[in-house]
Amino acid sequence: MIEVENIHKSFGDNHVLKGISTVFEKGKTNLIIGQSGSGKTVFIKCLLGLFEPDEGQICYNGQYYSKLSTKERRNLRQEMGMVFQGSALFDSMTVEGNVMFPLDMFTNQSQSEKQDRVDFVLKRVNLIDAHKRYPAEISGGMQKRVAIARAIVMNPKYLFCDEPNSGLDPKTAILIDNLIQEITQEYDITTVINTHDMNSVMEIGEKIIFLKNGFKEWEGTNKEIFKTDNKAVTDFVYSSELFKKVRQMYIEERN
Amino acid sequence: MKYLEAIGKYFIMIWEVFKKPTKWRIMKTLILKEIDELIFGAMGIIIFISFFIGGVVTIQTALNLNNPLLPKSLIGFATRQSVILEFAPTFTSIIMAGKVGSYITSSIGTMRVTEQIDALEVMGINSLNYLVFPKIVATMLYPFAVAISMFVGILGGWVAAVFGGFAPSGDFIQGLQMDFDSYHVTYAFIKSIVFAFVIATVPSYHGFYMTGGALEVGKASTTSFVWTSVVIIIVNYVLTQLLLG
Repeated sequence: MIEVENIHKSFGDNHVLKGISTVFEKGKTNLIIGQSGSGKTVFIKCLLGLFEPDEGQICYNGQYYSKLSTKERRNLRQEMGMVFQGSALFDSMTVEGNVMFPLDMFTNQSQSEKQDRVDFVLKRVNLIDAHKRYPAEISGGMQKRVAIARAIVMNPKYLFCDEPNSGLDPKTAILIDNLIQEITQEYDITTVINTHDMNSVMEIGEKIIFLKNGFKEWEGTNKEIFKTDNKAVTDFVYSSELFKKVRQMYIEERN
Repeated sequence: MKYLEAIGKYFIMIWEVFKKPTKWRIMKTLILKEIDELIFGAMGIIIFISFFIGGVVTIQTALNLNNPLLPKSLIGFATRQSVILEFAPTFTSIIMAGKVGSYITSSIGTMRVTEQIDALEVMGINSLNYLVFPKIVATMLYPFAVAISMFVGILGGWVAAVFGGFAPSGDFIQGLQMDFDSYHVTYAFIKSIVFAFVIATVPSYHGFYMTGGALEVGKASTTSFVWTSVVIIIVNYVLTQLLLG
């Protein structure tokens, strides 16, 4: 579980995060949504410890990040997995090398143990024959799956995903969403996903936080987002004609 | 003020490079890879340029020593002094700033743009140590490249002198041995180690702290070449004053 208490973050005069408080629950897919420039990426980077909040606290299973020593922070980072928007795979390494990298860096496992673990996670993300291929040689969807495999290879307690299905076709995007949700439930981890994708919101949004201009504007589930009358949320979620019709049908059904 | 801030940030980066080292088993592989790319990968261009620069120095010296009272051995002497003191360590370093420096900036810059550096940081890895330290260690073999540059430069001078008809082989070799001071070689190697550190770190700084996209990677490579060259020229002046002045 991650508890966020009143965090603020500024860059010069630009006040990006303005007192955000929330709780990201264990075993659930928590989504952060909002327009571009609303502070989603800065928020997730604060959660990852890449940015230090100017004010407020972030607490990981009872450990306040700001009170941890450098070594404790390093250890905490090893409990985090991150799937970046562009996958951020190491170009010079094969798929197998990318997934094995955290094991090489942080464990003293034998080569065969590491290989078994890599084979297991690659199979888990449905990548069987890509071990020896380089990131440039595989599709965007496969790159995302490699990134997920790399993120979960160390059995993380926290999984962060920055727009995991951006640039993917709708079918692959749904596969990636489902994979993340399955992994979250299977390993009972705290997953936080930063997304623009309304399909993701509807499919896997067990908890949703809507950010607007650095404030937390709304919080709820994918079921509650249908019912909300919050104008900022409805303007954002139902900006497309398709979702306007979906909502209309939902309201008609309810009445 | 902007420059002062950059200089401060550069020295903080150097400090960070030596903190929290990566596992030796991993680091060893990275260092060997960087030696292959940064030193052996540059040998071709170093040998090519050194040979012709040595030849040009010889021809120009010979053309300016047209007084019949001056011995031909002076051509060999002047070539040796020019190549050992300046051309091999400094000229080669400027070439290296272009070839190796641009490679370092663009490779680290691309990693920054594609969030690979963020990925390292999220994993709890000291990305500066992981990326820059192997490059610093690899470039410490740079005096080896400079020694080869000295040899090839003088060889180029000998070829130009003998086959161009500017001096007989015996006179040229006599000039090479005339008043030889081994400290000059030591001076050249000291300079080349300092230049190597500059070639590894200044481009790394420009790559690591760059922001933007692919276009900015290209701009950062150009800026890094300019600043690496400027630093090499300033350091060359200071070291010459300190070591020979």
